[in-house]
Amino acid sequence: MAKKILIADDEQNIVISLEFLMKREGFTVCVANDGQEALDKVRSESPDLVLLDVMMPRKNGYEVCQEIRAEPALQGTRILMLTAKGRETEVTKGLAIGADAYMTKPFSTKELVAKVKSLLDMPA
Amino acid sequence: MLTGTTIVAVSFVYLLLLFAVAYVGDKRADAGRSIIANPTIYALSLAVYCTTWTYYGSVGRAASSGLGFVPIFLGPTLVVALWWFVMLKMVRIGKTNRITSIADFIASRYGKSHLLGGLVTVIAVLGVIPYIALQLKAVSNSFTILNNYPAIVMPAKAGTVPWLADTTLYIALIMAAFTILFGTRHLDATERHEGMVAAVAFESLVKLVIFLAVGLYVTYGIYDGFGDIFSRAAQDAELQPLMLMGAGGNSHGSWFAMTLLSMLAVMFLPRQFQVAVVENVNENHLRRAIWLFPLYLLLINIFVLPIALGGLMLFAGQGVDADTFVLTLPMAYGHGWLALLVFIGGLSAATGMIIVETIALSTMVCNDLVMPLLLRYRWLVLQGQDDLTGVLLGIRRGAIILILLLGYLYFRLAGEAHALVSIGLISFAAVAQFAPAMIGGMYWRGGTRPGALAGLAGGFAVWLYTLLLPSFAKSGWLPGDFLQHGLFGLAELRPQELLGIRGMDPIAHSLFWSLLVNIGAYVCVSLMRRPNAIEAGQAMLFVDVFKQSRPSGGAFWRGSAEVGDLLPLIGRFIGRDRARTAFADYARTRGVAGVEVLKADAGLVHFAETTLAGAIGSASARVMVASVVQEEPLGLDEVMNILDEASQVRAYSKRLEQKSLELEAATRELRSANERLKELDRLKDDFMSSVTHELRTPLTSIRAFSEMLLEDPKIDLADRKRFLGIIVSETERLTRLVNQVLDMAKIESGHAEWHNGEVNLIEVVEQAAASTSQLFKDKGVTLELQLPDAVPVLLADRDRLVQVMLNLLSNAVKFVARDAGRVRVALALTAEGLRVDVHDNGPGLTPEEQLIVFEKFRQGGNTMTDKPQGTGLGLPISRQIVEHYGGRLWVESAAGEGACFSFLMPCGKSTDTDEEAG
Repeated sequence: MAKKILIADDEQNIVISLEFLMKREGFTVCVANDGQEALDKVRSESPDLVLLDVMMPRKNGYEVCQEIRAEPALQGTRILMLTAKGRETEVTKGLAIGADAYMTKPFSTKELVAKVKSLLDMPA
Repeated sequence: MLTGTTIVAVSFVYLLLLFAVAYVGDKRADAGRSIIANPTIYALSLAVYCTTWTYYGSVGRAASSGLGFVPIFLGPTLVVALWWFVMLKMVRIGKTNRITSIADFIASRYGKSHLLGGLVTVIAVLGVIPYIALQLKAVSNSFTILNNYPAIVMPAKAGTVPWLADTTLYIALIMAAFTILFGTRHLDATERHEGMVAAVAFESLVKLVIFLAVGLYVTYGIYDGFGDIFSRAAQDAELQPLMLMGAGGNSHGSWFAMTLLSMLAVMFLPRQFQVAVVENVNENHLRRAIWLFPLYLLLINIFVLPIALGGLMLFAGQGVDADTFVLTLPMAYGHGWLALLVFIGGLSAATGMIIVETIALSTMVCNDLVMPLLLRYRWLVLQGQDDLTGVLLGIRRGAIILILLLGYLYFRLAGEAHALVSIGLISFAAVAQFAPAMIGGMYWRGGTRPGALAGLAGGFAVWLYTLLLPSFAKSGWLPGDFLQHGLFGLAELRPQELLGIRGMDPIAHSLFWSLLVNIGAYVCVSLMRRPNAIEAGQAMLFVDVFKQSRPSGGAFWRGSAEVGDLLPLIGRFIGRDRARTAFADYARTRGVAGVEVLKADAGLVHFAETTLAGAIGSASARVMVASVVQEEPLGLDEVMNILDEASQVRAYSKRLEQKSLELEAATRELRSANERLKELDRLKDDFMSSVTHELRTPLTSIRAFSEMLLEDPKIDLADRKRFLGIIVSETERLTRLVNQVLDMAKIESGHAEWHNGEVNLIEVVEQAAASTSQLFKDKGVTLELQLPDAVPVLLADRDRLVQVMLNLLSNAVKFVARDAGRVRVALALTAEGLRVDVHDNGPGLTPEEQLIVFEKFRQGGNTMTDKPQGTGLGLPISRQIVEHYGGRLWVESAAGEGACFSFLMPCGKSTDTDEEAG
């Protein structure tokens, strides 16, 4: 059965592109437009993987990541953080609070797909 | 049994013991392990103040005037409290200027004057000779009394025995020999006698212990303690008054005079100056002396009154002199050994005083009296003798013998007329004459040589007339007429009732008049002219001695000299080897390899002069050094300049301090400026980070869609069209962003171009409304314009103002609800200028949001689900534009009631930006 992916970003155009990309790869996709919504969707939809933007209204990506990692029921959720802030410290911070991987925007669609698949233990 | 031989033998053994102590002291000093480098030894040596006068005479005075003996010890006890200031200063001055005696001190202070040094020497010798006579008298009398043991026989009157049969003469000669051995074995550049000081300290201990022993014997051996003696004496009608104040005519005035006299004497007696100043090895020794010396005085006086009362009761009506009670009391009870001890104690007190006093006086006589005379007559120079140390020592030895013989002479002539205490007080009154010149010299820059001369001479003359001559007259050596009738028969000139003042005892009377004349003459004559160059220079060295960081001098000297001239000169006086060693030491302190390469500068000349001063006194040293160096005299102006320089240096250091404070302030400012720069740097960093973020966001969409379109040609047409649309709009967004960032940077850096011209704000609003009408139509928002018919024309950049209006309108339409939104624009002329309000019925802004909307990249609407389009730079840029023209841009809002963005443009005056136009 198809793996489910949550796309959490407040930039509509990016959501559109990611949704199209993931669907084309055969994933089931759900969308959140801010941090709080992302957290709610993780709990309600139980996605296998979250594509998590950092700069979001209401709750930023770091907070969302921390709260997911703090809930035992959500431990299986893979988190791939996406951010337009590519500074070294931000990458380190993201990984430190429990993200499985980190990619800076703009990203290569091929690499993103490969990373998603590898996180979900799927053949590329 | 006590025979004369026994007494003489024991005395010599004791004197040899003293000499042994002195010898060890000198040896240890030479070996560099000084035994007098000890504050207790220093304090004990000060007790040379207590002579036979204390030892025998206090009891005598107590027997005649009860507590009248107290002021002699009260004075020193009181003045010691001031020593940490006054004596410390004297010691410091003495050390830095190599002062060898009190005559040297005064001569040096008032311009190294031979005349002054000579006068002080004469006063000291004449004044102190009665004092020496007193010691001789005491030793001689006590010897005679003891020699008659067990009978108690008062000695024959002085002068009644033939000269050659007089033991006193032989005692004087023995003392002279002993002093010569002690004090003039070699000539020391520093004029210090460590062995002598050690012996004096030892002698002080001996006399104290013995006196206490006698006191204990009389109080507890003969009587039954203090209470017993006093209660018995109280029953005696004759003795009773002695235990009250004012007994024996010692009025308050007399007490005051005695106290003052002894306060001055303990500082200015030549021997006290010698032990306290010249022999001082360490200024800190004063600290212990300040309490130990008064303690010593207290101890040696505890038993005075009991002995006096005891003696008076025992010897009532037997004609025993009260001055001998200390000796005769043990004798009366058959304690020959104790009496012998007492004699030794008295001998000890006399020896100590005579040695120190005559050494001090002989130094003064040699340096300040004989040497100047020899120099004046060019005798020394003409003779061309290589080594003069022998000559100097010869002069001193001669002076010692002469002084003791003079003392003997006074004893023969006048000794019987007075009790011990009265003789001592005559000396005290003489040395008190030094006080004005000494104290004035240490604390007043205005004192001059003529002033000091006049004061000393006047005071000395009065002393001579009111005290010394009457003492001769009373002894029958002078006709006594002038005592009763005054000189030339003028009653006003009666020596002891000058100008008709009666009722004072002779000492107080003399002290009053002599000090009055002395101080008056010193001050008045000093004030008659300004101090000349050398007086001003020396005044600074003395008065400001604590302000000099190190012994300086030489500052007031200018000229040229040769080491080759100076070294032999010094060598002639202190010995070639000593001179060479001294110069080598000096060379080392200057960091020079050897004596030959020493620079013959003012410092060296000063060093040579002070070294020589140690041997022959400052005044003579100056003359001698001047004979081999070429001195260019300094005028008063120049000395004043040097003094000014000193104060300038102080002022300069004050300025330096101020500068360093300013520097600190500047550093603080720099630091805070640096903090501000760092803050700006951080802001810039944040700005760059924000810009990067804003650029990356549209790039992300563009790249993602482009890659997907490129990879997958099978995407259906609708999606393909939609994706390309997004790519185009995101590219537009990028362009807008880049433009605005550049715009912002230009405005902020002041490089923006302002095309100023006449602008009608009505047209600006209308143009902006027209440009955004499609936006409003698309969202179904109503736009209402409230414009006046005419407004004053502004001088500004029309496009910039349109940019502001467009920004405010697009913001408004962005935040109001679709189809229900209403935006109202009002333009009005107010007192402050033209005001534009853009009012919307959107969600409004919280107070926090009202603050941050004007920050870069901080857009409002965080609570909204769809992120508003925009760069986050529109409002900051608009505010910059309005403020560029001196206006304001602000927002008023209450959450839920919409927002009103307003700006105000000043009008009626042209802007100051014309020159930037184009």
